[in-house]
Amino acid sequence: MEITARDAVTVLHGMGFGALLLLGFSGALVGLYSSAFAGHQWGVRERRYANAYLIVLALLAWAAVLAGAYLVYPWYRAIPPAGTVDLSGYPQRLLMANPTTIGWHSLGMEWKEHIAWFSPITLTAVAFIFIRYGAQLANFRNLRNTVLAMAFLALVSTAVAAGFGAMLNKYAPVRGGAEIILMKGETHE
Amino acid sequence: MSSPIQGPLSNGSGAAAVLAAALGCFALGVLALAGDASPHIAQALNFWKPTGPLSGVTDLAIIVWLGVWFALSRLWARRSVNLTTVNVASFALFAAGLLLTFPPFMDLLQGK
Repeated sequence: MEITARDAVTVLHGMGFGALLLLGFSGALVGLYSSAFAGHQWGVRERRYANAYLIVLALLAWAAVLAGAYLVYPWYRAIPPAGTVDLSGYPQRLLMANPTTIGWHSLGMEWKEHIAWFSPITLTAVAFIFIRYGAQLANFRNLRNTVLAMAFLALVSTAVAAGFGAMLNKYAPVRGGAEIILMKGETHE
Repeated sequence: MSSPIQGPLSNGSGAAAVLAAALGCFALGVLALAGDASPHIAQALNFWKPTGPLSGVTDLAIIVWLGVWFALSRLWARRSVNLTTVNVASFALFAAGLLLTFPPFMDLLQGK
């Protein structure tokens, strides 16, 4: 069982940072609702955990977009040498070579590469406001509504980016580089 | 849009964070469209060759976001601002930013 280095980085970007981020949204939205809307009284310790949770979520969003844009994307958009017939090492060109897959690039990647950045920007603002205002956020009705809406916007932008990312990797996976052997298999008769 | 401090904690710093995030996302949309529409702008946005124009689009959007956040934070930190106005402006900017990053809308604006 082996994986290429580029596969490993792509997995870290999507299944590591991206999937963890998506999973984390449910907790963040419930926490924001409980603290700022439902009026549940949180202790100092719970609030500290919630603060750390939102900071980690924002950091995951930054890690996902930075790894995507500066590690995976250069491999995705690599230009093949003239005369290259096998485009499997050039995902963007592979998608663009076929009219049935070009949309995954022209709509999927073109949208994903930009909308994904909404998530770390809005989540950083959400974490800042939640920590800055603490228990008093419940008293600022307009602000707490905005914070929840921004967290939802971050979820939508992450979902769009993650959804297209999964489909892009299905039709034109980013592969190559050194091979990493994860496990030696056995043959069974 | 703002009035002097009312109480120990004003809504100013929260409003600054919201509006700055919205402006950062809007800037990202505008830069993405500009890079898509003009090869010259795309070349100017090519800050780091392996990533291409996306590097300039995102770097500049982050600079706009952090710069506006810093400026508004200093301006509004001790003030109570009209958050309804800030929210309306922010969500208009978020919506515009979202539309500007959506490729079919980009193509529509460019008459493609």
